[in-house]
Amino acid sequence: MFRYTAERIFQSLLVLLALSFAVYGLIGLMPGDPIDLMIQGDPNLSQADAKRLKAIHGLDRPLVERYGAWLFNAVQGDFGYSRNHSQPALDVISDRIINTGLLLGLSLVLSLAIAIPVGIYAALHPYSKTDYAVNLACFAGISVPPFWLALLFIILFAVVLGWLPAGGMATVGDGGFLDRVEHLVLPVVTLTIASVGDFTRFMRASMLQTLRQDFIRTARAKGLSMTRVVTGHALRNALLPLVTIIALSFGRLFSGALITETMFAWQGMGKMIYDAILGNDYNLALIGLMFATALTLIGNFLADLGYVWLDPRVSLSDRERTV
Amino acid sequence: MVRITKILMAAALLIFATTATAKDTLTIGISQFPRNFNPNIESMLAKSYILAMARRPFVVYDADWKLRCMLCTELPDLKKGTAKIVTANDGEKGLEVTYTIRPDAVWGDGVPVTTKDVMFTWKVGRDKRSGFSNIEPYKRVAKIDVHNDKKFTVHVSKFTCDYRTRYSIGVLPAHIEAKNFADPAQYRIKSAYETDTTNPGLWYGPYRVTEVASGSHIVLEPNPTWWGKKPAFKKVIVKAIEKTSALSANLLSGDIDYIAGEVGLTVDEALAFNLRTRENFVTQYKSGLIYEHIDLNLDNPILKDRRVRRALIHGIDRAGISTQLFRGHQPISHGQTNPLDTVYDKKVPKYRYNPPKARELLAAAGWSELRKGIRYNAKGERLQLDLMTTAGNKSRELVQQVLQSQWRSVGIDIRIRNEPARVFFGETVSRRKFPHMAMYAWISAPESVPRTTLHSTMIPSADNGWSGQNYPGFANKAMDKALDDAEVVCDEEPNKAVWRDLQRIYAEELPAIPLYFRANPFIMPKWLKGVVPTGHQFATTLWIEDWYVGK
Repeated sequence: MFRYTAERIFQSLLVLLALSFAVYGLIGLMPGDPIDLMIQGDPNLSQADAKRLKAIHGLDRPLVERYGAWLFNAVQGDFGYSRNHSQPALDVISDRIINTGLLLGLSLVLSLAIAIPVGIYAALHPYSKTDYAVNLACFAGISVPPFWLALLFIILFAVVLGWLPAGGMATVGDGGFLDRVEHLVLPVVTLTIASVGDFTRFMRASMLQTLRQDFIRTARAKGLSMTRVVTGHALRNALLPLVTIIALSFGRLFSGALITETMFAWQGMGKMIYDAILGNDYNLALIGLMFATALTLIGNFLADLGYVWLDPRVSLSDRERTV
Repeated sequence: MVRITKILMAAALLIFATTATAKDTLTIGISQFPRNFNPNIESMLAKSYILAMARRPFVVYDADWKLRCMLCTELPDLKKGTAKIVTANDGEKGLEVTYTIRPDAVWGDGVPVTTKDVMFTWKVGRDKRSGFSNIEPYKRVAKIDVHNDKKFTVHVSKFTCDYRTRYSIGVLPAHIEAKNFADPAQYRIKSAYETDTTNPGLWYGPYRVTEVASGSHIVLEPNPTWWGKKPAFKKVIVKAIEKTSALSANLLSGDIDYIAGEVGLTVDEALAFNLRTRENFVTQYKSGLIYEHIDLNLDNPILKDRRVRRALIHGIDRAGISTQLFRGHQPISHGQTNPLDTVYDKKVPKYRYNPPKARELLAAAGWSELRKGIRYNAKGERLQLDLMTTAGNKSRELVQQVLQSQWRSVGIDIRIRNEPARVFFGETVSRRKFPHMAMYAWISAPESVPRTTLHSTMIPSADNGWSGQNYPGFANKAMDKALDDAEVVCDEEPNKAVWRDLQRIYAEELPAIPLYFRANPFIMPKWLKGVVPTGHQFATTLWIEDWYVGK
């Protein structure tokens, strides 16, 4: 177990290193840079100004040299300065991690809280009216673009009904617990609707497959109630594919968060990373993307641990590793 | 009965008080959040908009496009002797400009705004490492003579007619910023404007910044040391909501009171908003100095022919486009000079929509053979032109489609090729890689001489390191002379004559096809009064103390 964990950490560090180089290179290869765009927007600026500003921001040096300097400082804990926010990159990201964590965490918990029971119910009543209704709702959730849904919610709940705020994270000058909760409702619900359909479909399919297994038939033949069979035997097996999907969905949740955060003016990671990439804010883009990658890697690692817990046949010990 | 009356009166008072309190705060929605707050590091609309409430420049153009002093007591003037033309050591014409800072001008912490601040700002501006975006005005200043705490004379190495605005520097508080400039290369990071933005000593406008939530909002409250008219609102909140559809929804829901025209919706978005609701809001459209046009690549053999360029402009119904797509709120332009500008010449040659004339000009240019509605020349070459613009800009893409259809009706085949803004501006336009036509906008200032966009020395090329912004590649000796003269011939009548020439040459030669002047829609609640859109780069918030709650 210890060796497995150490190996995974080492592999993750390699992935992060490769990713940092790839991201740095890709941002650098994008045509134009913010200084060029600044020149376009300010008739008073000359090419001499552009040259001077590029030198100040280090944009005149070769890409590899810039990356090397960044890596050298990053290893020492200095992740540089964000040009978009005029603050140290680490300071910018720390607040946003909490905001996005709150949004994604609540949305994930809510999605699973809905998807697991609904998926099980649909699997237990396949091809019934309820099953069809669940499927329809799932496909609707998957198909509806989050930006459209967000706009619809804003118009309905903020404009027409006036029940909830249209955006932001708290009322300026208030910021009490209830006020923050009110601001969370619409973004969380939007993200939840965007992800719950997938989870429900996977849960249903997985449970349906598990229920057809011999050991379930045996359990039923022994006279166990359906509830007992599902909770005691089928659920743990059916959860295995869902765990994989959850682990892989971290990255996708980030992209969903980008749209939700933009629509609801939520100060989170998704929008920050997007703006940083477009604005050639290398330091912020790198640290943001590395964090998102690290989160996905951690998610996968936790999923591996989850397999062991859910399925006793899976082992992470050195001799009989099956994952 | 008396008791009931008292209760009712108390309730009425309470309601009145609540309403009054609610209107003590003005929440403005904008679509951008400033990247930084230092007035001299990077020019950005959102930043100018916010800083205008908390700082005042020396000289501004007001809503009538007239120059006026804000931080100074009197505009420098050659006739009054507060500006003098002198001969510099190298024999060139130089200038001495004298400013006097308002005697009552103080920073928010009570420290007077003095010449020490001017000298410090000049020192920072001259240092190439400081990160100031535009250091040209600082470089041109050879020295500054300080007469006393409030009066100083700037000695400039090159004389130009725009001397009254060119040296209107964004003064910095020396008593706060001097220590942050100890290492000039670190100044842009260590400036108190970034590290201690709510420090009252940084501000000297009617408001000062009291809260900054990065990416979200900025709160401004009245500055107790402000010397002018007291502002009406006890709090101004500026919220940044990037998605314009969400911005409109926030206005409808009451989360914001007003969408700023300078950094808010586009005209088509505002028109769509007004279709949905117009009960509680007033929309003011103000056209200004953002000049939408199509640059023509004059190196291209087809576009080198002036007859083709004229055919192109005769072949499009710009007035129709303005009426149909923008309800007439974006007036068509006949050149790069705005009719609101004092230097505008009303007699500038104008091109009307005239498809027969366009066909005639094309035929005369050798594009006479028609096959399936498209023109060909004697060599059998097809009259096909690429029209490029920024992908995702809805207004431009709409216009582009209309242009394509109108040009096709005179026999020109238009291929639409759009690119993301950073590719389009960062590579295609700046390196002159557009084969035929590039549609975008220029932002200028009143009386600004378009040297960088029209002078033959400003054609970007690999040889000059792609410097200059004359992207069409327009080289015309008469235009060069007009541009040179416009900068130094300052007497009213001769100056007008030079500008007349400049506009005439532009209209006759057509290095670009003028389309329209973009308008900014200001969507405000009916109770908000006193907001006067300017149409130029100076934001309405420079006069925020005149804003009030009307009946």
